[in-house]
Amino acid sequence: MQQVDHTQDIIELQDIYYSYNGQENVLENISFSLHKGDYLGIIGPNGGGKTTLLKIMLGLIKPTRGTVKLFGENIKAFKDWGRIGYVPQKASHFDNNFPATAEEVVAMGRYAKRGLFHFPTKRDREKVEQALEQVDMLSYKNNQVGELSGGQQQRIFIARALATEPEVIFLDEPTVGVDVQTQEQFYQLLKKLNRELDLTLVLVSHELDIVAKEATEVACINCKLVCYCTPKELLKHGSIEQMYGKDLRYILHNHERGNI
Amino acid sequence: MLELFQYSFIVRGFEAGIIIALTAPLIGIFLVLRRYSLIADTLSHVSLAGVAIGLLLNINPLLTAIAAAVLSSVAIERLRLSKRVYGESALAIFLSGSLALAIVLISLSHGFNVDLFNYLFGSIVTVKQSDVFLIGGLGIIVLIAVLAFYKELVFITFDEEAAQVNGIPTRFINIVLIVLAALTVALAIPIVGVLLIAALIVIPVVTALQLRKSFKQTIIIAEIISVFSVIAGIVSSFYLNLSSGGTIVLIALIIFSLVFLFKKGV
Repeated sequence: MQQVDHTQDIIELQDIYYSYNGQENVLENISFSLHKGDYLGIIGPNGGGKTTLLKIMLGLIKPTRGTVKLFGENIKAFKDWGRIGYVPQKASHFDNNFPATAEEVVAMGRYAKRGLFHFPTKRDREKVEQALEQVDMLSYKNNQVGELSGGQQQRIFIARALATEPEVIFLDEPTVGVDVQTQEQFYQLLKKLNRELDLTLVLVSHELDIVAKEATEVACINCKLVCYCTPKELLKHGSIEQMYGKDLRYILHNHERGNI
Repeated sequence: MLELFQYSFIVRGFEAGIIIALTAPLIGIFLVLRRYSLIADTLSHVSLAGVAIGLLLNINPLLTAIAAAVLSSVAIERLRLSKRVYGESALAIFLSGSLALAIVLISLSHGFNVDLFNYLFGSIVTVKQSDVFLIGGLGIIVLIAVLAFYKELVFITFDEEAAQVNGIPTRFINIVLIVLAALTVALAIPIVGVLLIAALIVIPVVTALQLRKSFKQTIIIAEIISVFSVIAGIVSSFYLNLSSGGTIVLIALIIFSLVFLFKKGV
């Protein structure tokens, strides 16, 4: 396997602030860097600004203050969106009646790589098949996405991100509304992508136990960056316990038995 | 049936009608799936104001209708993006506002003549040879634009946020879609009339959606339903002496009802 430079900066946040229309800050003074091959879990209480931070990293919203750099380049000038994959929150606005097959949805991931009037090439079709295979959904390629189960739909969205051939994938609460068994398979898949393909992952989740179990680094966000550490160090951090209450110790220990 | 083609107005009606039948679902599928069907209705009322201006100033009403629809479509999108007005409120403002303008202009000229009735309800008799060229030319522009932006349109329709992360210029594509909708609506006026255009844009697509096929198949099925409705509508309106616009829409509705009932039974 190719040697990976784990010091290469994928994302760099410098002193990020965000507030809606000059009201109270949603995010304050957030700085950290994510390196190639990292598996970052972003946790924090509801309303703590996790999703806002993710959207700032993706350029979907502009921070009130501070700089975001993607692959060393300021996000304002960043054009190379094909290096980034995004798996949105499934439950949010997916229309089960949308007329598209699994293959058509995955093919959308190839769009950034093509200009106007560029119809799918053989390579595009191969990449789509390959992405479907990676998530074990190739046999469903002609099924309507709306007819697939929640877990299968989520795999299709991962495949769409993979088809882009990204170097980093952002996932926003990807397993909301998915049953526990499917969740487990889903996180195994992510782990495989991270370890075997050296894909950098950014996972936003309110499920502390999953992040503690899966990620290699954890960013805990509650308006400020409460801590940026490894999952092991997380438990030692008193302020996290304050934030989540007494359940934290139980949650963090319990995951070894595979329960929630 | 061949005697039909001895009348040049029927031939022109077929030419213009088929071009519009092919164009309407191409735009319709994106409007329907984005819950934006009502924009077709709004733009058709704006077109009516355009027609009234054309009749008043003695300019080809199709040209003024196109201008009014395209300009308003951009204004509606801007109003919606300003976030100071809800999307559907922006539509309501333009719908009633342009209808009011049309009525005032019509009363100013003490009611035009039969022409206006034809623009309201559609009549292939009003289609002039120059209109056929105009409809054909702009129809081709719409077709090329949809082909050029097909993948971008599909992606923003499916998931606007993910499309943006993928580097697709969503604002620009939204403007492209709304301007194409305006062109399609204005072009369809002579055939189905201001009051029935939305039906031609929406009904074949909604019918095809019932069959739950892939995106491409859905477009093809909608095209077939749309072209069939227009041809069958013109033929039957000729022999039964009915309004062509109304007949076309009723045929499309009958197909929708049959598909809807059949799919429900399965």
